[in-house]
Amino acid sequence: MASELLLFYLFAAVAVVASALVVGQRNPMHSVLLLIVSFAALAAVYLLLDAPFAAVIQIIIYAGAIMVLFLFVVMLLNAGREAVQAGTKVAAGARAAGGVLAAVLGVELVWAVAEARRVTGAVPLDVDPAVVERLTSVRAIGQKLFTEYAFAFEVTSILILVSMVGAVVLAKRRGEP
Amino acid sequence: MSLVLVVQIGLVFFVFVALLLSSAAMVYAERKFAAAFQQRLGPNRVGPKGLLQPFADVIKLMFKEELRPKGADAFVFLLAPVISATAAITAFAVVPFGAETTLFGLLDEPIPLQAADINVAVLVVFAIASMSVYGIVLAGWGSNSKYSLLGALRSASQMISYELCYGMALASVLILGGSLSLREIVDAQSGAWFGIIPRWFVFLQPVGFAVYMISGIAETNRAPFDFPEAEQELVAGYHTEYSSMAFAMFFLAEYINMVTVSAVATNLFFGGWHGPLLPESLGWMWFLIKVSAILFFYIWVRWTLPRYRYDQLMHFGWKVLLPIAALNLVLTAAGVVYLGL
Repeated sequence: MASELLLFYLFAAVAVVASALVVGQRNPMHSVLLLIVSFAALAAVYLLLDAPFAAVIQIIIYAGAIMVLFLFVVMLLNAGREAVQAGTKVAAGARAAGGVLAAVLGVELVWAVAEARRVTGAVPLDVDPAVVERLTSVRAIGQKLFTEYAFAFEVTSILILVSMVGAVVLAKRRGEP
Repeated sequence: MSLVLVVQIGLVFFVFVALLLSSAAMVYAERKFAAAFQQRLGPNRVGPKGLLQPFADVIKLMFKEELRPKGADAFVFLLAPVISATAAITAFAVVPFGAETTLFGLLDEPIPLQAADINVAVLVVFAIASMSVYGIVLAGWGSNSKYSLLGALRSASQMISYELCYGMALASVLILGGSLSLREIVDAQSGAWFGIIPRWFVFLQPVGFAVYMISGIAETNRAPFDFPEAEQELVAGYHTEYSSMAFAMFFLAEYINMVTVSAVATNLFFGGWHGPLLPESLGWMWFLIKVSAILFFYIWVRWTLPRYRYDQLMHFGWKVLLPIAALNLVLTAAGVVYLGL
């Protein structure tokens, strides 16, 4: 139990620090790498929550598929170091607006976590394994997804299909078959 | 510390060493078979029948100079081979290679012969395979060399394209096995039909096996799909700029990936450690024999078929293999639902 808590704090810290560093990098390639680290740490947290399926899907979809596309874009655009001159001024209004937005987001996040704790109680790390199995098994997730959330699932797939068609249309040169 | 824990750690260590040695054995086998296919003798100077050749190769590589091109991203350049080798070795952790054993009565409770028994093992193999793309892509980008970059771009698009077929071939076996655990899938294949034909999924899934093997070869960047390192176009592709041990790590990763793909194929399609004649406790011998046969097939293909053209590869992957894999998946699902296979 104690070691589990220790691991949680370790991976949580890795995820937070890596996410913070993503924003601070000059080199887009390093940002992408740090984002992968953050996703992998998140997958480890899922594992600690007894949700191996969610963890593996996190790795396959986010750390695997989506980030490879990010890397691809960075490589193809050959985006080098961000050319920021020392004297570049950021408008005061933009700074203020960004600060307010960040503060609102932070408050919202804290409120959401607190509210979730109030409604459901604190999330215990060691619940009954049978309950965990019932909630996180692939069978349970599949049944939920294709019965209760079937509509959302189908809408999402149509959304992805539409964006795919859009990408093909945009990428195709005019006059080509 | 309990005895079970010691045995578990020993098992992890054993798998690690066995993987390293297997890649040495693969180097020797590859060179010997290539020589045989080309009417040559192959390595025969170091040790009896050239058996110590892989170790001579490793020693030679260790003493070579470590080079780094000018303008290369030092951190990424060093990170890439580490990611490749780590991903290759990690993927094998969830692959079972024998029935449960008590180690000749040493342990009270039988332990499974595998480094980690996870109930979503198939997905873990798939996830780590998708992570190994990074090793190649980062090597290509970090080298600051046009050949490396082109090789990496090719490799990434190839691996992404064939990963789809790979996943669908896996999914059709998962439907038959009714589980995501490799151990349960293997156990679903024990016994025989009519007392003669073993209950291997390869007989129910011949198309799935073909798709799996083709995309497995493409995933591991082996001939005839070795575009990331097509010599006549790209020098050596993503590892053009690597020398010494960093190069050796890419080499190691390639061979270990082949072993993993073969081991997973054995578990998914050929009944893992189940086989006639031998008792259950010696099942790992069957496992070794089956994996070796598939690895031989790998080498055989490499030295028989010429390399495809790059557009042919993409055309084949997306317009031929993917529809076949998807159709196979749908038919398998229908078969399980309506015929109760």
